[in-house]
Amino acid sequence: MSKMHVSTTINGEPMEFLCDAHDSMLDALRGPLGLTGAKEGCGTGDCGACSITVDGRLVCACLMLAVESEGKSLGTIEGMSRGGDLHPLQRKFLEMAALQCGICTPGVLIAAKSLLEKNPNPTETEVRFGLAGNLCRCTGYDKIVRAVLETAAEMRGAA
Amino acid sequence: MTDTRYLAPQTLDEAVSAFAAAQGAARILAGGTDLLVQMRAGIATPGLIVDIKKIGEMNRITENADGSFTVGAAVSAASLSDHPRFGKVWPGVLEAVNLIGSKQVQGRASPGGNLCNGSPAGDSVPAMVAAGAVVTIQGPNGRRQMPVEAFPAGPGKTNLAPGEILVSFTLPARPAGSGDAYLRMIPRTEMDIAVVGCGVSLTMKDGVCTAARVGLGAVAPVVMLVEAAGKALVGTRLEPAAVAAAAAACSAACRPINDKRGTIAYRTKVAGVLLKRAVAIAAERASRS
Repeated sequence: MSKMHVSTTINGEPMEFLCDAHDSMLDALRGPLGLTGAKEGCGTGDCGACSITVDGRLVCACLMLAVESEGKSLGTIEGMSRGGDLHPLQRKFLEMAALQCGICTPGVLIAAKSLLEKNPNPTETEVRFGLAGNLCRCTGYDKIVRAVLETAAEMRGAA
Repeated sequence: MTDTRYLAPQTLDEAVSAFAAAQGAARILAGGTDLLVQMRAGIATPGLIVDIKKIGEMNRITENADGSFTVGAAVSAASLSDHPRFGKVWPGVLEAVNLIGSKQVQGRASPGGNLCNGSPAGDSVPAMVAAGAVVTIQGPNGRRQMPVEAFPAGPGKTNLAPGEILVSFTLPARPAGSGDAYLRMIPRTEMDIAVVGCGVSLTMKDGVCTAARVGLGAVAPVVMLVEAAGKALVGTRLEPAAVAAAAAACSAACRPINDKRGTIAYRTKVAGVLLKRAVAIAAERASRS
């Protein structure tokens, strides 16, 4: 069976790749597209390490077929900083040491960005529920939650 | 696995033809949050994947002129949350949908898929049953409708005939004084599978309950409508005795299993407890509608 040709947009850039019908979006990102920021933790949608956005919607790349990205606009961790300037979430995660091993961090950042776009002033409970789909085995979550709340406050002040 | 084909038809007729022609070798793809996991585990090895998300009717939420809602089978939980009206009219259905998995899962998972997956513990299903939702199905022999509670046939099984596809849910128009609620029992706050799920929808007029439906999940091989519980509420002012009778009807309807999530005795008791709590929430919502 010949490969399928897919045209999509990733972080604003038009991209094309070849895939098999059963390949997941995560397979395509980490394989032919060479975008290895999204991580494979579980491959079953439980851990959130492969979080990306598709037409602005937060999803797990492992739960989406690569071929479904045809004509869509995807956002990955590689597009989060702009021209070398870190996103406020990324900067705050570094400042507040909201990561240890870093495997979950790309997914957490994408999910946190999505959360703050919908709700610029979340409560701690809302942050915890919003990030419930992102598992972290290092931090105990507290530093992550605090960093997201701090970033939200900073971004509201800057807006 | 390399011989899997992918099709994303624009029309329902095309989808039905391809799905039926594959004679059981095809799987429908909506959000894929069950299908992709099954494919990865080797439980599902479809020769054909029919992606229904490009079919307008299956990806649309419509508030009809008569006040009913039609929700396409591929509509994601996140789309339902974003709808400006749906959650105001059916807050209980929406809260059930919003209990399915994480935000990431909700970005793709659909109430249609939740129903077709056939899990007795699917969170949106008891709420849809309580709502009195009717599903529209299309297959090689045309269209038909059935109440949502007639759709599940057992764990992982549905009453879809070979070649049939779930098209949409229709939720009836809401009389004034109506409210619904869904509660589930899990041993943590989020991201778990129901030990018991209970959906209640009721209508109040001058302090008297004029209509009530109760859906129960995770306490029998299928999600079920508990007619006796609804009947126990209708004609009452939801006094404690009436609600206790409805709770007893829920417990009596349970045919649960013992498993790591809960025992038979626990599930049976909790079904009644959730009924009482869900009635209180639904009644409070009804008083504001």
